[in-house]
Amino acid sequence: MAIDYSLELAAIEGNPPLKELDEIIIKPMVTKPSRKYQIVLAITTSLLIIGAICIGITFYYGIGMWGNNQPVAWAFDITNFVFWIGIGHAGTLISAILYLLRQQWRNGIARFAEAMTIFAVMCAGIFPIIHTGRPWLAGYLIPYPNQHVMWPNFISPLVWDVFAVSTYFTVSLVFWYVGLIPDFATLRDRTTNKIRKTIYSVFSLGWRNSSRQWQHYEKVYMILAGLATPLVLSVHTVVSWDFAAAIIPGWHSTIFPPYFVAGAIFSGFAMVSTVLIFIRKIFDMEHIITLDHLEKMNKIILLTGSMVGYAYIIEWFMAWYSGSPVELFTTLNRAFGPYAWGYWIMVSCNVFFPQLFWFKKIRRSVPITLVIVILVNVGMWFERFVIIVASLSRDFLPSSWHYYKPTLVDMGILFGSFGLFFTLVLLFARTLPVVSLAEIKSIVPGAQPSHGENQHE
Amino acid sequence: MNDGKKLFGVAALFDTPDEILKAAKTVNNAGYKNYDVNTPYPIHGIDKAMKLKSSKLGYVTLFFGFFGASFILFFMWWTLAVNYPLVIGGKPYFPLPAFVPITFEFTVLNAVLSTFIAMIAVVFNLPFNSHPLHDSNYMRNVTSDKYGVVIESEDPQFDENKVNELLRSLGGKNIERIFYPEQKEFKVFQPRFVVFLIIIAIITSVSTYVTLNKLMYLPPFSFMEHQNKGIAQYESTFFYDKREMREPVKGTIARGFIPYAFTGVTDTNEFYSNPLLPTQKVLKLGQEKFLTYCSPCHGNYGEGKSRLRGFFPPGPTLHSARVIGFSDGKIYNIITNGQNGIMPSYAYQTTRDERWAIINYIRVLQRAQNPKPSDFSAISEINKESGNASN
Ligand code: HEC
Repeated sequence: MAIDYSLELAAIEGNPPLKELDEIIIKPMVTKPSRKYQIVLAITTSLLIIGAICIGITFYYGIGMWGNNQPVAWAFDITNFVFWIGIGHAGTLISAILYLLRQQWRNGIARFAEAMTIFAVMCAGIFPIIHTGRPWLAGYLIPYPNQHVMWPNFISPLVWDVFAVSTYFTVSLVFWYVGLIPDFATLRDRTTNKIRKTIYSVFSLGWRNSSRQWQHYEKVYMILAGLATPLVLSVHTVVSWDFAAAIIPGWHSTIFPPYFVAGAIFSGFAMVSTVLIFIRKIFDMEHIITLDHLEKMNKIILLTGSMVGYAYIIEWFMAWYSGSPVELFTTLNRAFGPYAWGYWIMVSCNVFFPQLFWFKKIRRSVPITLVIVILVNVGMWFERFVIIVASLSRDFLPSSWHYYKPTLVDMGILFGSFGLFFTLVLLFARTLPVVSLAEIKSIVPGAQPSHGENQHE
Repeated sequence: MNDGKKLFGVAALFDTPDEILKAAKTVNNAGYKNYDVNTPYPIHGIDKAMKLKSSKLGYVTLFFGFFGASFILFFMWWTLAVNYPLVIGGKPYFPLPAFVPITFEFTVLNAVLSTFIAMIAVVFNLPFNSHPLHDSNYMRNVTSDKYGVVIESEDPQFDENKVNELLRSLGGKNIERIFYPEQKEFKVFQPRFVVFLIIIAIITSVSTYVTLNKLMYLPPFSFMEHQNKGIAQYESTFFYDKREMREPVKGTIARGFIPYAFTGVTDTNEFYSNPLLPTQKVLKLGQEKFLTYCSPCHGNYGEGKSRLRGFFPPGPTLHSARVIGFSDGKIYNIITNGQNGIMPSYAYQTTRDERWAIINYIRVLQRAQNPKPSDFSAISEINKESGNASN
């Protein structure tokens, strides 16, 4: 068996001339939107509006519009927050970690994944703010000298969260924008429309594609990737501390950080796959976002899915091994208590179905992949739901046990966040190049000097 | 053809990466300094061909990363341990492990932003949309699929014919002369601009005014003002006596309450003597309590001229021979029980120790009005000492 592992997958199929690549990638930006696109956009914006109305209701009447009540003080709000933050992780992973690992196949999907990171973090950012009930007081989280002479409590994981998420958002945005600058230059020089030209000129900052610029640019890109890598791992770690630092049984556990990070990457890749499968179809980009890409992503989903499954098993082990009756009760309660349905949805979607990706046939079948990744998304949402709601609903005091039920407003805000996310994704797909022009051009066959010195710079 | 415009440089396009690599090498070896290579994407090995020094931006990241880390650590220490020390969760004021996450996040944030800004603004000097290369045919090609070299006229050995020849010999196509754009001058204070400024000023001030003075008083932002609670001094619609402020239930005993054993005894001195010595600490306490509770009627120095004169029966001077002659126990009795129904009891407001401290302080006030000669010498002694100390 002579498999050459040093051989890279071709990042794009065929050998299209550079001009044609430009055409394909820019096409969605300059052609009229299709009927399908308009219908989908109409659906997502309606969801968005429903969400906005529900948030308005929440602001006006207060948090009482939600199903939350003691002891389930965190429910849909924080579930959605953790879910969306998790979705965001795939983007940075693809664009930073795979960049440092020199995985060239990332180029086709990196831009899209980064954009999804930003949108997902935007969706996530809404929830902690609205769940305080008085969002206009969120400014107190910023350490500024105020008339109360009070500072945020830097010892609290919730404040760490503020720093982690806002840093993550800023860094992702900078990273994304740095990648976009050369593309804006390309767009600026292609367009004949005056308004577009002005906009692109402003955003391209007058970039000139000069080798003197490229040299610093590549260095900075690498530095940013190097900084984003520990950052992305830290963000979900900090999110997991929101739980692990509390003493609620089922939360107070050292396995949380790695468990959450694996889960985040898992759900993020599933979401990226879900969206890309549609995008490559709608915009005819099947040979830029290829089947090989999807297969590679499926492999990562398989890996991280197994890690998540391992974490579930360890939870059972620790429940028994810790010798703490409370821990054991919580674990049993999750699997067989009132929220057992959520637990089993989570286990089946996250552990069983992704295991099908061991088969190459299934990994390379687009429809089956689509079904599985959507199930993974569902499963990961339920994972957070089970962790948060099932643990809180039965805490130390049996007299205050309470079965949480979401209200219509809860549901509306959840769907609204999906509306926001997909609306932004759809708008992005038509206003910016969804694949990095400069990066994709640099890896087509024959794009680099043939005598190949510094092949891996 | 020149139209009097200034020549920026001569540019040529190439079709393949191999050609551009060779061109870059040759141009560099020919000794040109002010030239540039523009490619649609970074070409491997071009920095070697152009003999570029490697980027120093990493040092910016390093410096600002360290700066961010030390700044935020210092900041958290200052806020939580110095400016407003607060015990949280039984942790020390400076719990280093708990500060690690934020230190890390801030380090990354600072490093990323500074590197980005350093690259864009300092190294590249962007935004720079008026660069002569923009809008040239050359630029349109190198941002798409061609590779180009431009040799600038500022180069010391620039000679247009020679440069043309060199580029042609390398196989360059579309050789193009690029000119500086015409400078357009704009007056700073055009009427339109002034109007624009005025409009901006009006909009910001009106919106600030409306937000701060109107919007913040609308529900739900005014939630702090309208709360379902009783406020002292307001009329109650709920209690039968229409008072929001409630009295303690009959028979309530305050914590630490000890019944006063001498009701009816006017001079308690035979039972009681001042347990506190007139130390500085006691006098400070006495002064504070005197100024709070007694000075409104008796004046700041006990002189009887008070700021509440006319509102209440005037408090007499505490420097009268009468009061000087009072024993400490008698004054204690007056503070505790009041006198003649017009000097109120201060038993609720002051603890027993505070009452004794007040008495000590009153004694100091009295002595200050009638000092003994020895006091003067003591004072000059003190002044001398402090004078020596400061020299
Ligand atoms: C509401 C005003 C008021 C306040 C406050 C007040 N006093 Fe008086 N005090 C009076 C009046 C009026 C008298 C005169 C009572 C009388 O005529 O018998 C008086 C009398 C006295 C006397 C006796 C003087 C004398 O010549 O008989 C003493 C001693 C005294 N107060 C001490 C205090 C001290 C100590 C405090 C602070 C704890 C205090 N007072 C607070 C109004 C006040």
